[in-house]
Amino acid sequence: MQKRRRQPSCKRWTLTLRSRIEKNKRYQKECRSGYLFLLPSLLGTGGFVLLPFLDVFRRSFVRAVGNGFVGMENYRQVLENKAFRLAAVNTVRFMGICLPLLLGLSLLLALLIQRLPRFQKWVKTGFLLPMAIPAASVVVFFRMLFDKRGWLNQLLCLFGFQTKEWLSSGLAFWVLVFCYIWKNLGYDMILWLAGLQAVGEEQYEAARVQGAGEWMCFWYITLPQLKETVFVTGLLSFVNAFRVFREAYLLAGDYPHESIYMLQHLLNNWFVNLDIQKMTAAAVLLVIVVGGVLCAKKSSTS
Amino acid sequence: MQKKALHLKVIKWLEWAILSIALTVMLFPLIMVFTDSLMGKQELLETCGAVLADTADETTFRVFPCYPTLRSYVRLLLDTPEYFTAFWNSVIQVATVLVGQLIVAVPAAWAFAQFRFPGKQALELLYMVLMILPFQVTMVSGYLVLDALQLLDTRAAVILPAIFSTLPVFILQKTFAGIPEEMIEAAKLDGAGSFRIFFSIGIPLGMPGIFSILILGFLEYWNAIEAPMTYLKKEALWPLSVYLPRMMDGELLTIFAASVVTMLPAVLLFLEGQESLERGIALSGVGNSEEHR
Repeated sequence: MQKRRRQPSCKRWTLTLRSRIEKNKRYQKECRSGYLFLLPSLLGTGGFVLLPFLDVFRRSFVRAVGNGFVGMENYRQVLENKAFRLAAVNTVRFMGICLPLLLGLSLLLALLIQRLPRFQKWVKTGFLLPMAIPAASVVVFFRMLFDKRGWLNQLLCLFGFQTKEWLSSGLAFWVLVFCYIWKNLGYDMILWLAGLQAVGEEQYEAARVQGAGEWMCFWYITLPQLKETVFVTGLLSFVNAFRVFREAYLLAGDYPHESIYMLQHLLNNWFVNLDIQKMTAAAVLLVIVVGGVLCAKKSSTS
Repeated sequence: MQKKALHLKVIKWLEWAILSIALTVMLFPLIMVFTDSLMGKQELLETCGAVLADTADETTFRVFPCYPTLRSYVRLLLDTPEYFTAFWNSVIQVATVLVGQLIVAVPAAWAFAQFRFPGKQALELLYMVLMILPFQVTMVSGYLVLDALQLLDTRAAVILPAIFSTLPVFILQKTFAGIPEEMIEAAKLDGAGSFRIFFSIGIPLGMPGIFSILILGFLEYWNAIEAPMTYLKKEALWPLSVYLPRMMDGELLTIFAASVVTMLPAVLLFLEGQESLERGIALSGVGNSEEHR
């Protein structure tokens, strides 16, 4: 009696064991394929970025000449450096103003375009086109537009306003903001449009039946469902915001007006002047900041 | 009721007005660069001389040239061999980077999207950080490697690091993750190995994403400024994006024509691939949107 009862459970046990081994094998296989597919990329990133960055990390604690260990000295110098503080504040300010502005404007644009009955494709093309234009090709136009004796001032003169120093005053900051938005508006608009399209039409219909206005529909149905789009759009806009250095550099050179002197300018100049110690310390600091912000963001969303 | 209809009409007009003004602002720089490229030397001196060549006292603003001519293009195409060297450099650099990215980034995105393995989350975070960091942060580490490999001042100095950019991995990953799981399960039951699945399901279904990383990559590297500026001291290796701004100090006549010719490949490619680009960008934002419908 007892034997008979035992047998099936024993069998079951071997069965689960076997399936578990099977599962484990499959998982191991999955791991192996995963690493295999990732390998080329991992090797390149390791060789060109990660390993040399370890060297950068080491150098950030070392004296310029010889190999003397100086502890946090380089970091202290960077953090006390006036130019670094200016550049850091400018970069944060640029991001703080540009990102919300760009996200807001492109969302508005996407909402407008979504409602267009005709010509939608052409309008989209028009807004996306600036994205395709190399910075070097339009910089000549921007220079003509914003120069002291340029077209914009001519226009201001014509209407009896005072001419302005666009590139050598605090206005340079807004010129750069304009360049950034000009270039990235279309890209963000496409991302928003995709997000808007993913919201099901039936939800709007249900809300409308219950008497909700357009504004309420937007606020209670559309916006909450755009959360993930906000994250991706924000992230990609952030990546592109660092690239505005190209326009800034081509328009105003190595040492532009201090309102647009960004971290990118500073690092570039330190590099050119072979200020490797400060440069390495600043690079490590920036990696820590970006990594930290991303980590915090990730853990807050998941 | 009539009042409401009128109200709606006004809003409609307002929307059109906002859109057309915004569109004009967006396209105006391109139009100006193009029309100025049709100006002759005398007219260019009148309109831009004050700023670009320091000859006149005042600029004049003029959208369309009074005496349109193609002389600037003739001059550019016949008399500036350096421009062609730069053009050719750009072509070689962009093409190799794109081919390299296809080989490296596509499988990497597939790995992140389809497999579980230890360390995946940490690696994903690392890739994201690398994607965000501006060029100037990795400039020194790149310089150290390239110097050690004696690649500075060669084409490889610009090409190799760009191949391992992590941005395309990020963009493609969402596209791949949107591929329906049942399809892959079915292929597995039929005994397909992971390479077979990658080549006969992943790549065909991921095509919109792959197209869009190619187009985005082209636009990005056709516009490369920081890396060539830092790693290439030899002018003979400079791509257009670095050579063109230098032209502004030279002859006035060819600047606008050179700008137009520089943007031409990018614009043509963009117009040709706009639809797949849009789809690819959209996929990177919300995953596979077909599923939601």
